[in-house]
Amino acid sequence: MSTMIDLTQVKPYGDTLNDGMMQFCFTLPVPHGDEAIEAAKQLLAKMGMDEPSVVHARDLGVGYTMFVAYGKCTHTVDYTTIVVPKVEGDVMDKYSVEAYIAENFDREITIVGACSGTDAHTVGIDAIFNMKGFDGHYGLERYKGINAINMGSQVPNEELIAKAVEVNADAILVSQIVTQKDVHIHNLTNLIELLEAEGLRDKMIVACGGPRINHELAKELGFDAGFGPGTYAENVASFIVTRLAAKA
Amino acid sequence: MQSKLNLNQQTIDKARASARNIAHDIQGFIDQHTTVAVERTVLRLLGVDGVDAFGTPLPNIVVDHLKAEGLLKEGAAFAMGNAMIQTGKDIQGIADAISLGELNLSTLPVADQVAIQGAISPIADAMTERIRKNRQKRNDYLSRLGEGPKPYLYVIVATGNIFEDILQAQAAARQGADVIAVIRTTGQSLLDFVPFGATTEGFGGTYATQENFRLMRKALDEVGEEVGRYIRLCNYCSGLCMPEIAAMGAMERLDVMLNDALYGILFRDINMQRTLVDQNFSRIINGFAGVIINTGEDNYLTTADAVEEAHTVLASQFINEQFALLAGLPEEQMGLGHAFEMNPTLENGFLLELSQAQMAREIFPKAPLKYMPPTKYMTGDIFKGHVQNALFNTVSIMTNQGIQLLGMLTEAIHTPLLQDRALSIDNARYVFNTMKDISSEIEFKEGGMIQTRAQKVLGEAQEMLSRIEGDGLMETIAQGKFADVKRARDGGKGLDGVTIKGDYYFNPFVERMLGGVR
Repeated sequence: MSTMIDLTQVKPYGDTLNDGMMQFCFTLPVPHGDEAIEAAKQLLAKMGMDEPSVVHARDLGVGYTMFVAYGKCTHTVDYTTIVVPKVEGDVMDKYSVEAYIAENFDREITIVGACSGTDAHTVGIDAIFNMKGFDGHYGLERYKGINAINMGSQVPNEELIAKAVEVNADAILVSQIVTQKDVHIHNLTNLIELLEAEGLRDKMIVACGGPRINHELAKELGFDAGFGPGTYAENVASFIVTRLAAKA
Repeated sequence: MQSKLNLNQQTIDKARASARNIAHDIQGFIDQHTTVAVERTVLRLLGVDGVDAFGTPLPNIVVDHLKAEGLLKEGAAFAMGNAMIQTGKDIQGIADAISLGELNLSTLPVADQVAIQGAISPIADAMTERIRKNRQKRNDYLSRLGEGPKPYLYVIVATGNIFEDILQAQAAARQGADVIAVIRTTGQSLLDFVPFGATTEGFGGTYATQENFRLMRKALDEVGEEVGRYIRLCNYCSGLCMPEIAAMGAMERLDVMLNDALYGILFRDINMQRTLVDQNFSRIINGFAGVIINTGEDNYLTTADAVEEAHTVLASQFINEQFALLAGLPEEQMGLGHAFEMNPTLENGFLLELSQAQMAREIFPKAPLKYMPPTKYMTGDIFKGHVQNALFNTVSIMTNQGIQLLGMLTEAIHTPLLQDRALSIDNARYVFNTMKDISSEIEFKEGGMIQTRAQKVLGEAQEMLSRIEGDGLMETIAQGKFADVKRARDGGKGLDGVTIKGDYYFNPFVERMLGGVR
């Protein structure tokens, strides 16, 4: 790194240090024309761009205009004071999880999942399990080394446990979408109670997920982990395989 | 067409014959069964519409009633025809009465079978005529306005709000799109009912409802007049309501439907018996309505490797072709699917993609092949993504594909921004124009990589089909031979909606649509 760079005042690099050059592509909901170009330039100026320049403007067909533009950024950031809190336990991608399993286990990892109780909304459990996955993140069914069993919706806790025992599951995943009148709390608590009564709680990893679930709540209810919105199969898989390896 | 790949016609014929036997074997099973989705479809086609006070669609209420009373096996047409005779009510009146708990069909005396069929006949005739007229109207538009050249430019809208979708769809049409697909909301394929009315909230897509179909159709007709080109509308005829969506699409003049015989089984874990029966009726409707179906082989390659598993795509195309033919769907409406999904770092990967696309073109010469863009290896690097899409477009114009599902440079990031769609249309128009006649100008080197690759894939597909012919299709799926996915014959969702037909069963639309005047 060049000694000329002042890390307390970093700004974008175009082709000369500290020229601040940035590239933009965006659309404004105004018709194509000189006024549209002026609007784009004013917006860039408000964003702190010196010498805003619109190099391309295109009519998108509904009275909207797309721009390609450049500007010289007047802002800086202090790189030396940046601290990024790191999530405990790294999230591996699908291929790394598969490699991790191959390295650490000489068998398949079996995971049983369900949308349990009265809940009929399988969108969450399917996002984690289904081949196709969600949002470009493949589901557990597609993972090599994982035997993923999705029991679907409205599965009673008793049936979920019976299945987990039958297949000798390493982990149970429960999705709860409906949270009216705290129905999910009762149902999740009930699952843990049943597992404890059967002496099974410590024999497998038990995790839950859903839009109103977070890690803190899950721990409080006696789960090993809780996954909130924005969680994909790799988050869940990474947690399970690393926890299993640590237990072994 | 002169083969550029030097494919062995005997191998093609052999593969096709195996696929025909595989489909015929399953058709025997299909003909003996019906499902809750098929019967809800019959009800919709007979005019049952609307929802009850709790938002449950009336077709579901009636079919649930039939199922609870043990009447499902004779079919909705039989039960409703009998109820018309016994109560004097019309179809919707009967559905309303069942919904209010005022009528129990199992307590009614049973009229003569011929009389029942006679009661249903004029209603079925009227609906069949409505759909035939929709088909005629599409043809009128096509002859008056014309259409874009092939490959058709196909883009998706997916805002979740049908009114926002309309704005984006009209913008896309003005930018040059030929086909607008409204992506469905996450999870709709697993709903065992079709939501009702115009909808403004969805997740990663918009609910497929009949009202949403109607609104979008109207908007595309308007913009079509303006741009002087018929704009096709596409939706998703898959999942647990496959035939219902087909019926709604036929009533509202949709033009293209995703409609695969095996997709739901493999990728949505829908029971195979259910899907196979449902796909048959959905395709009968699509065939009659003049709808181009798009099959989902491209999805195999998001799971399995595009180089190693290329032959499974071809094998599935052969099977989809035969199931479609059995449902009366002509080759000209078969948008058999495949995809540009090889790893971009693979040396000479472009040659293999070219080989695969040309092979599909030569083996299914009349089919408007649906070519899917790179998705699996798209990243946040949108600049590289735009280049990947340009290469995908290049293969398409070099091999005369039918429907080009345009790749978005932001594929791996979010549903397309308004500007993303415009950029992808520009990309395709540029490539398709600058290389317009390239396919008639080029040949492939005899014994070269492209020819050899296609011959190898064809050979493997033929062997695979021959094995499936011996083992049976259901068994093959159970073994995980497609897309590396294993599905049991009695596993998955929706099996409890499958039933063996009774002695009085009839579906008035099968005979009318399969044998009817188009």
